[in-house]
Amino acid sequence: MEEKLSLQEWIDLAETKKISFGDFCIDFQAKELEIDKKVLLERMEDMLHVMEQSVAIGLTGIASMGGLVGGNGKKVEVYRSESTDKSVVGSVMSKAIMIALAVGEANASMGRIVAAPTAGASGTLPAVLFSLAEARGFSMGELGKALIVAGAIGMVISSRASLSGAAGGCQAECGSAAAMAAGAAVELYGGSPEQVGQAVAITLKNMLGLVCDPVAGLVEVPCVKRNAGAAAQAMVAAEMALAGICSVIPVDEVIDAMAAVGNAMSCTLKETAQGGLAVSPTGILLANKLFAKVES
Amino acid sequence: MNIFDVIGPVMIGPSSSHTAGAVRLGNLALAILGEGVKEAVIGLHGSFAQTYRGHGTDLALSAGLQGWATDDTRIPKSFDSAKEAKFDISFSTINLGDLSHPNSVRFWLTGVNGNKCIVTGASIGGGRVVVTNIDDFPVEFNGDFPAILTMHRDRPGAIALVTSILSTQGVNVAQMKVFRKQKGGLAAMIVETDQPIDDAAFEVIGKLPHIQSVRRIQLV
Repeated sequence: MEEKLSLQEWIDLAETKKISFGDFCIDFQAKELEIDKKVLLERMEDMLHVMEQSVAIGLTGIASMGGLVGGNGKKVEVYRSESTDKSVVGSVMSKAIMIALAVGEANASMGRIVAAPTAGASGTLPAVLFSLAEARGFSMGELGKALIVAGAIGMVISSRASLSGAAGGCQAECGSAAAMAAGAAVELYGGSPEQVGQAVAITLKNMLGLVCDPVAGLVEVPCVKRNAGAAAQAMVAAEMALAGICSVIPVDEVIDAMAAVGNAMSCTLKETAQGGLAVSPTGILLANKLFAKVES
Repeated sequence: MNIFDVIGPVMIGPSSSHTAGAVRLGNLALAILGEGVKEAVIGLHGSFAQTYRGHGTDLALSAGLQGWATDDTRIPKSFDSAKEAKFDISFSTINLGDLSHPNSVRFWLTGVNGNKCIVTGASIGGGRVVVTNIDDFPVEFNGDFPAILTMHRDRPGAIALVTSILSTQGVNVAQMKVFRKQKGGLAAMIVETDQPIDDAAFEVIGKLPHIQSVRRIQLV
């Protein structure tokens, strides 16, 4: 069993050193990996380039392997381009929704993606990072640093709970991706280390209990749209944290609560396609159709 | 665990277990065969059997058997490339029993030089895999280290001879496991090492007393 990490411990260390959480994470990770800080940042920028390509693949409107998703990122792109008055959530979040769907669809069609933290949740981080980058003109270097913050948050969640839908439900996949993205957003907007922790806590609280119930067992329905939801949750939490709002429950305790909820969750709701949407009448119908295709 | 376990890997979707893990299982089966694959008969068990088309598990296994990496953009077209290379691959569903991991696969492989092997493995999450059986011998290894697999007679000194050859070559043993079906009968040993095992050491091990066969398993 790996040692449990503590996000609060890292936050306190960064606060004591009076450096941003991003700078703390770069120092810490470069030391742990025994690589130069510059190399670490370059590798993160490589990941960002792959993410950009995933967005482009998704926006071509390709169909998925199972045929249940595809073309929705493109729909949002068209809707956004028609008129700014049409957007309910505003330009930044609308862009995030578009990117989340596009990457999720690229993944479902065997496109190349960065698992962050998983393939099923791969749309969330690019959605938040790239939509904020467009709004504020962040450089690839700044986004790379934010990605390191996201990675550090994921490491803590993995050590105390889980990042896999099979082990902890969708809260552990899309929930963790959202928490990682929320922390990254706070870092980008110059928030304090403490505020990074608050954003993580608030996000996970808002996504606690989310089940993993993929129709026909495929990473398509509801996974792709959940990435858009997760990106929005991340932005909502980042906004609250930056405004100085605190989570009543401390961040490490929230992560532990997520682990406990995941353990209490029935196996039917952890990626087995035996519960939730997967066994809705339409879910069963679609699964039977897809399995019939396999048999033939 | 490090940060690249969370941000990464770069992979072809849609699933780390059903796609990336399947590529890696193909890579391992290829390494165990030790030569290019001419014919692969593949049995898919459990969730692999039910959802392989929707996850591109079949394409991923074919890609892995051709030695491609998990982020190779040719994976969706791996059947075309197999056809061009006259590499014959077929799939069926199989029941490996309730005790098998739901994402399990069995390969019956024939190589370009006529070598054969039967390999069973499972994709256990996040792209991580484990090989559980080779040629009817229960084993357990994941390909993270270079390894040799011996089939040998279960005799005193059989194991010591192998490890002594490795030590004279400056190869450190990371972990090793020995399996046997019955006392004094045929046994198998997996030795995972920190350094690659060179041709000279590999040939000497093959000629040691009690050793029936030896395979070298090294992923690129």
